[in-house]
Amino acid sequence: MTAATIDPVTDAMIGTPKDKTPVGTKAAKRLSSRKGAIAVWVIAALWTVPTFGLLISSFRPEEDIKANGWWNWFTSPSFTTKNYSSVLDTTIGAKPFSDFFLNSVKITIPGAIIPIVIAAFAAYAFSWMRFKGRDWIFVGVVALLVVPLQMCLIPLLRYFNSDYFPLNNGVPAIWLAHTIFAMPLAIFLLKNFIGSLPREIMEAARVDGASHMTIFLRIVLPLSVPAIASIGIFQFLWVWNDLLVAKVFGGGAANQPMTFAMVDMVGTKGNEWQLLTAGAFITMVVPLIVFLSLQRYFVRGLLAGSVKG
Amino acid sequence: MVEILKTFATVAFGLAVFVGILFGLYWLASQLPEPWRERARVAVFVGPALLLLVGGLIIPSIYTGRLSLYKGTSATKWYGLGNFRDLFTDSDNLIVLRNTVWWVILATTVSTIVGITIARFADRMRGEPIAKALIFLPTAISLVGAGIIWNFVYATKGSDPDKQFGLLTWLWLKLDPILPGKQEAHYWLQDRKFFGIDSNFLPGTNTIFMIIVIIWIQAGFATVVLSAAMKGVPDDLVEAARIDGATDRQAFFRIVLPYVRGTIITVATTTLIAVLKVFDIIQTMGKGGQFDTSTLANDMYTRSFPLEQPGYGAMLAVILFVAVVPIVWVNARNQRAIREGR
Amino acid sequence: MSTLQLVNLKKTYENGYEAIPSLDLTIKDGEFMVLVGPSGCGKSTVLRMVAGLEDISGGDMLIDDVRVNDKSPQQRDIAMVFQSYALYPNMTVGENIAFAMKLRKVDKATIAAKVAEVGKLLELDKVLDRKPGQLSGGQRQRVAMGRAIVREPKLFLMDEPLSNLDAKLRVQTRAEISRLQRRLGITTMYVTHDQVEAMTMGDRVAVLRRGHLMQVASPQDLYHHPDNLFVAQFIGSPSMNVMRAEVVDGGSGPALKIGAQTLTLDDAALDRIPSLRSMVGRTVGFGVRPEALGDDGTGRLDVLVELVEMLGSELLVHCTIDSPSVRQTDDGIEVGSGMESMIIASMDTRNAIKAGDRVTLTVDTSRIHIFDMETGDAIVKRVDQPVG
Repeated sequence: MTAATIDPVTDAMIGTPKDKTPVGTKAAKRLSSRKGAIAVWVIAALWTVPTFGLLISSFRPEEDIKANGWWNWFTSPSFTTKNYSSVLDTTIGAKPFSDFFLNSVKITIPGAIIPIVIAAFAAYAFSWMRFKGRDWIFVGVVALLVVPLQMCLIPLLRYFNSDYFPLNNGVPAIWLAHTIFAMPLAIFLLKNFIGSLPREIMEAARVDGASHMTIFLRIVLPLSVPAIASIGIFQFLWVWNDLLVAKVFGGGAANQPMTFAMVDMVGTKGNEWQLLTAGAFITMVVPLIVFLSLQRYFVRGLLAGSVKG
Repeated sequence: MVEILKTFATVAFGLAVFVGILFGLYWLASQLPEPWRERARVAVFVGPALLLLVGGLIIPSIYTGRLSLYKGTSATKWYGLGNFRDLFTDSDNLIVLRNTVWWVILATTVSTIVGITIARFADRMRGEPIAKALIFLPTAISLVGAGIIWNFVYATKGSDPDKQFGLLTWLWLKLDPILPGKQEAHYWLQDRKFFGIDSNFLPGTNTIFMIIVIIWIQAGFATVVLSAAMKGVPDDLVEAARIDGATDRQAFFRIVLPYVRGTIITVATTTLIAVLKVFDIIQTMGKGGQFDTSTLANDMYTRSFPLEQPGYGAMLAVILFVAVVPIVWVNARNQRAIREGR
Repeated sequence: MSTLQLVNLKKTYENGYEAIPSLDLTIKDGEFMVLVGPSGCGKSTVLRMVAGLEDISGGDMLIDDVRVNDKSPQQRDIAMVFQSYALYPNMTVGENIAFAMKLRKVDKATIAAKVAEVGKLLELDKVLDRKPGQLSGGQRQRVAMGRAIVREPKLFLMDEPLSNLDAKLRVQTRAEISRLQRRLGITTMYVTHDQVEAMTMGDRVAVLRRGHLMQVASPQDLYHHPDNLFVAQFIGSPSMNVMRAEVVDGGSGPALKIGAQTLTLDDAALDRIPSLRSMVGRTVGFGVRPEALGDDGTGRLDVLVELVEMLGSELLVHCTIDSPSVRQTDDGIEVGSGMESMIIASMDTRNAIKAGDRVTLTVDTSRIHIFDMETGDAIVKRVDQPVG
C-alpha cells in the first residue's frame, strides 16, 4: 500500500466534508437503514464490552473481582487503585513489573527512531542521489517485503550470540533486530513519499548551495513530517506491542518488555485477576493514548504498515 | 526514580551513538577529494540500510533455507527433506497445520465480512465516526493485551453462575434455562474438541475462541479500509441503479461490492498474512500451544528455541515464507490493477 | 561583472538521444539573453547544463573565462528562477530568501538587512513571515525572484518564470523583470517558449530548434532579417506568410510568379535582395509579414477575402491566394498540398473589407523575404555569397 493511497482512507475515518452530508437528504439515506444502524451499534457494543470489563475490573478490589463478575459493579460500586500499585511491585523473574514498563520504553523509542532515520536516509538516496544500479537495488528492497521475520530469527540469534558480534543479547540486540525487520517497508513507504516531492525544490536548493545532507535535513525532513509521523507511530506501536522479537533476542527477563512480563504472569499468576487486569491495562495505556490523540497519523501508519512481511 | 533516569540515559545514549556514527561517517566522507567524496556520501546515505538488508534479511534467509535440511540441537545432521516430511506425516504436527488453516480461513473471511457489513450499514449513519472508532480501537492494543482481555471473558470458576467473573461463562450458565440441553461450567480454552465433536479435521473449541480474538482485532482494520473505499463509489452510480429499479440490497451487491472488489482483496490478503504469523495469542491464551492450540508461527518459535530443534523450526519458517509469497504477489498485482483503474 | 561562453557544447542522454549536438553561444556581461524555441528544442536542457543540474556531455562552458563543466551548482555562483518557483514550502518568505546566504555562512545582521532590502524592492515586506502556501501567484513569483537577486550572483537563470501567471499579470511582471535586470546589470539567461516574451525582454534572442541554434540576434534583427524560414515563421504573430513563387524575368528585371499572377519587383526589393537578379528560373519561398501587405507599397496581389477579424488596433484580413504555402517542418521544407493557401494581411481598421470581396493587396516590396526551397535559408543581401 502506498502512502498516496492512504490519505482518502484516513480522511474517511476522521470525517471529510463529503462525510458530513446533512442527514435527511436523499443521498444520506442511500444504502443504510435503521435496522442496519442498530446492527452496527450492537457490533460496536460487543467490540467494546471486553475492554470495558477489563478496565472496570482493574479498579475493583481483589475480593470483588474474585467473587463475581464486573457487571456487578453497576449495582455495588467499589473503587481502588491498589491493583495498580501492587502489580507494579509484582516481581517476574526477580524484577518488579515497573521495570518491564521501563524496558518497554527503553526498547521502543530507539526501536522506532533508528529504523525510520536509516530508512529516510536510504529513501532520500533512492530518490535524489545518483548512483549505479539505483533503481534495481530499490526493486530488490521492495522484493524483501515478502520475507517473514521468522525466516531470519535463528541465524540472527546465532550471529548475536557469537563471540565476534559486538552486541550481546539485550536491549541493543532488540533494537537492531527491529531495525532490520522494519527496513524494507519503511524504505518503500518513505521512498514513495520523498520521491514524490517536487524535483525543482531539490534543484533550487542545490543551486542555492545546499549539499545533500543540508537538503535532507533542512528541506526533505521537514516536508516529510506527515509520512514520518505515520510510519513512525506504526513502528512505535509495532515495537511496543511486540512479543516475539524481544523474546528471541532479549536474552533473560532482565531486558524484556511488558508483553513478556504479561505472558509470564498469565502462566504463573493466571488466577490473580486483580494483577492481570491492571497489568494488561498498563500495557495498553500508551497505545490507547496514541490512538486517541493521534488518530489521523495512527490510521495512516497502520494502513501503511499492515502489509508488513 | 533512579530507574527512570537510567532508562532515559540508555535511550539517549543509544540514539546519540547512532546519530554520532551516522554524522561522523558523513563528515569523514566530506573530507575525501572528488570524485570519491560524492560516492562516499551516497554510501553513507544508503550503506546502513543495505548492510542491514543484506546482513539481516538476505543472508539469514538463505541460511535458514539451508538449516531446514538439517536436524539436531544445533542442526548439524543432514536430514534432507525429512523435516518437511515430518510436518506432513506426524499427527501432532498435522494438528498444527490444521489449526493454521482454520485460523487463516475463519479469521480472514469473518473479519472481512464484518468489515463489509459495518462499512455498509454505518455509511452516513448518525454517530458513524464514533461507532467505527470503537470497532477500530482494538487494533491499537497488543495481541498479548488482547489475549488477556479475552482470557478474562472466557474465564471459568466453579459451576455457580453467580460466582462467575468471565462474561461468557456467566452468560452460558445464566442462559441454561432458555437454551436446549444442559449448560455446564466449561473451561473453554482447554477444550480441544470442536464443540463436543472429536475430529482430526475440525479445530478445537479453544482454537475457535482464540480466532475470535484476532477477528476482534482485524475487523476494525477491514472496516476502516472498506468504508473509505465504499465512500469512493460515485453517488451517481448507485442513484442510476436505483432509478433502473434496483433495491437497496441489489444496488449494494451488484454495484457497490463489485466496485470495491480490489479493496476487498487487499483487506483479505493483508489479514491473511497477519493471521498466518499469529504467535502472541497462542502464547497468552493457549499456554504456548498446549491443548492442541499451536499454529505454524507458534510452533516455529517453540521448536527453534525452547525445544532446540532449529532444523525443524527453520523448515516451518520456510513454509511460512512459501505461503506468504503468492499472497503478496496477488496483493501487489491487485494494487497495481487498482492504480491503473480497474 | 560576468560573461558566459558555451563552446561546442554537447548533450547526449544515456539512451543515446542527442539533445544538443553542438552549441556555441556567448552571453556578454550584463546582457539579457533569451533562449526561445518550441517545446523539445533543448532550451531548458541548455539552461540546466549552465546551472549544473545536467551533466555536460562535451564541449566547454566558461563563466568569466573559467571552465566550469565539472563544478557543482553551488560552486558556480548562479541563481535560478524555476518555472514552478520551487519555493521551500516549510520556510517563510524571509527564510526562503535568506536560505542561500545562511548556507554561505553570511552573518545574521547582513542577512537581515539584505532580506529587508529585497523585500522592499519587490514589495514583499508585508509577507516576509508568511509561508509560500499563503501567497498569491504573483507574490510567489516575486519571492522566487527575490531569492535569486539577493544572492547577487554572476548569472541569473530563469526557466519560464512567467508561465504560471495569468495573462494580465504576465505582461506586468515581464516589464518588472526587464527593469530589475537592467537596474542590477546581472548577466541573465532566460528560457521561454513564448516569442512575445523573447522579443520584449531580450537584449538578444537565441532561437533554438531540435538542439540547433537557428539564429542569435537582437529582437529587431530577428524580426526584420531572419536567417531562415524557421525563425521567420516562429517570430511574429500572426506569423509571416510564406508561399511558393518562381523568379521570372519581368522584362525590366526579375519578378515573382505567384500562382497565376506576377509580382513585379522594384528597386526597393532588389536593393534588399540583389541576388534575385541571378536567380531567374528558380523556385523559392516568398515571405511577407502581414503588416507589409495591404496599406502601402508598390506590389500588387489579387486575393479573395475569406474572413475579417477586427482587433481594434488592426484589421486582420484572411485571404486565399492561388499558390501553395511553404513551411519549415521537422522533415525539412514542406510545400502545402493544395494549389491555394491562406495568407493574412494586417490593415488599417478603417478599411471596409468584408468576407467574399475580391481585393488587390499592396505589397511593401522593401520588406519581402526570399527563402531557399532546399535549405530554408534566407537569401539576403550578400552579393558575393554563392546561392544554391
